[in-house]
Amino acid sequence: MVSQKTTNVDIDRLLKHHALMWRIRAFEEAALQAHTEKLVLGAIHPSIGQEAIAAGVCLNLRSDDLLTSTHRGHGHTLAKGADPNQMMRELLGREGGNSHGKGGSMHIADFSVGMLGANGVVGANIHITAGAAHAIKLLKSDRIVCSIFGDGAINRGPFLEGLNWAVVFNLPALFVCEDNGFASTTSTSSVTGGKGAAARAEALGIPSLTVDGNDLISIDEAVRSVISSIRAGNGPRLLVAKTYRLSGHTASDPDTYRLRSEVEKAWESDPITNLGGVLRRAKVDTVILDNHESNARIEMAAVFSDAKAASWPPLSRAFEDVQDIGDPRQEAF
Amino acid sequence: MTTMTYADAAKQALTEEMRRDPTIWALGEDLGRGGVFGQYQGMAEEFGPERIADTPISEAAILGAAVGAAMSGTRPVVEMRFADFALCAIDELVNQAAKARYMFGGQTKVPLVVREPMGMWRSSAAQHSQSLESWYTHIPGLVVVCPSTPHDNFGLLKSSIRCDDPVVYMEHKNLWALEGAVPDCDPIPLGVARIARTGQDLTIVSWSSTCHEAMLAAVTLEEEGLEAEVIDLRTLWPWDKRAVLDSVEKTGRLLIAHEAVQVGGFGAEVAATVADRAFSSLRAPIKRIGAPRVPIPYAPPLEDLLRVTPERIAAVARELTR
Ligand SMILES: Cc1ncc(C[n+]2csc(CCOP(=O)(O)OP(=O)(O)O)c2C)c(N)n1
Ligand SMILES: [Mg+2]
Repeated sequence: MVSQKTTNVDIDRLLKHHALMWRIRAFEEAALQAHTEKLVLGAIHPSIGQEAIAAGVCLNLRSDDLLTSTHRGHGHTLAKGADPNQMMRELLGREGGNSHGKGGSMHIADFSVGMLGANGVVGANIHITAGAAHAIKLLKSDRIVCSIFGDGAINRGPFLEGLNWAVVFNLPALFVCEDNGFASTTSTSSVTGGKGAAARAEALGIPSLTVDGNDLISIDEAVRSVISSIRAGNGPRLLVAKTYRLSGHTASDPDTYRLRSEVEKAWESDPITNLGGVLRRAKVDTVILDNHESNARIEMAAVFSDAKAASWPPLSRAFEDVQDIGDPRQEAF
Repeated sequence: MTTMTYADAAKQALTEEMRRDPTIWALGEDLGRGGVFGQYQGMAEEFGPERIADTPISEAAILGAAVGAAMSGTRPVVEMRFADFALCAIDELVNQAAKARYMFGGQTKVPLVVREPMGMWRSSAAQHSQSLESWYTHIPGLVVVCPSTPHDNFGLLKSSIRCDDPVVYMEHKNLWALEGAVPDCDPIPLGVARIARTGQDLTIVSWSSTCHEAMLAAVTLEEEGLEAEVIDLRTLWPWDKRAVLDSVEKTGRLLIAHEAVQVGGFGAEVAATVADRAFSSLRAPIKRIGAPRVPIPYAPPLEDLLRVTPERIAAVARELTR
């Protein structure tokens, strides 16, 4: 699995991933803290334990490639290059957030880095991905579109309709299923027929690859090869990344549907620890690795303080960006 | 007389109905562990996984399958989790459930209940906060229910389950924890309004969570010497025209308050009906209060700006009676 002959180039690349994974972890922890302090009042869905997928997928995307995500989208957005200050302000509903505080966690988006939005509706991003890839094809560009969704989403229509669409029109789309075994409180295996996402995609003619989503190196290698094929015009691909959500479904999930022992066991394959181990065995100075953690925590602590100090959006924002014509205020007040 | 929360009242009603009639079953995501809001807590233990069915995240299949099951001898209670997700199953509801009885010339009926928790719930933003009740009132074939108290949630859910037509049953997410008396075990008839408070000076018509705002406004108005009659419609289709017309004939003034976007909201239907049928009783123009025509924003101050508050209701009431 992990190649032993890790070269210097690989090491640099892995260090980048390691640093990013820590930044995602620290961002999520700060977001949870914000929720505890009642600075975030709506639902947030942390991606703790799934950072290798965000990093391994997004660091292989070009900055002009596009990305769509789910309700659990903080990590993906950060990995695509979004500014954590703006993101945290968005989570706290403040001015200076990516969407002026109007979308919040579940609708985190940064179009300036090609991140077309997290989504409050499970599976909705799959169709949007097909359409974005369709546009790219019409525009004769060599960009690609990546869609990340959960294992729960494959039981909604868009998984069939969107993937079929992508194959029929031979679109430059990478579908990534984060298979963490659960959809809210439901074990997905109890509500999913057949062999799951990869088998379904294969049946539609989409080559699929299943990887250990907690092993950054596997994901990185798989994504790299798959993307070069997609970019070469060979049509859509699906990647299934097996992982585990180490946190609750939301920040307020009592998480009573999983055995504590199961969750504790899962911490033993924490993707960040996994990659740290590989780097240590490759004789990387431990100080460098520790710094990734401490720097990430320092960065996200500052991000959190900045967001806390930020002002609310002016009330006039409520009426902006509804649509071009028609005054939304008129009749109501 | 028992006191219950709004959520528990519905659970109690569903439980009693399921004990009474073995053809009733519930289906939806996460129901086996109580549902996202705990409205089904403990029910899988009593009724087993066949009658409290855990489904995939497949709203179209959940509702579509319920239509088939309702036409084939069972009475499904569908849980959509958030009214917003029911939009993933709108064909199944509008083209199938609502039409089958009529277009098949009465050969079948579709006795199902679709529970669609609605409304603003702190910082849930644009895709988890909508109040779309007026859409459904526009669809022939559907019954639309919006309970505001534990007692009504108990009695109206019972009637909805016993109703032979598809019922869109919209509970307000902000009311789950509201406690109130549930004095008896009887169903409450669909289509009958509740006079929440009597008064001579003006009529305030409302439903769902906004009823509570209207009641608070009425208290303020009373201190100022104005007696408001507050009517909780409870059922939007069919709605209790008689109760509203009788009230307006007495007070001569009508204000309709709802959380949904005001444009095209059900308040417009009430206003038009009263203008048509009780014009000569009116001593002032009919007023409506609803949300401006914007999606629900996430940031608390912006979200609050859109709310229909007791203060706003009282202000318009004063204007009406000036
Ligand atoms: C269409 C729709 N149905 C239901 C929901 C409620 N919901 C939010 S997240 C979730 C579970 C999603 O599971 P999965 O796709 O595996 O993603 P994960 O949460 O595991 O990352 C559900 C059912 C929703 N947001 N949209
Ligand atoms: Mg999942």
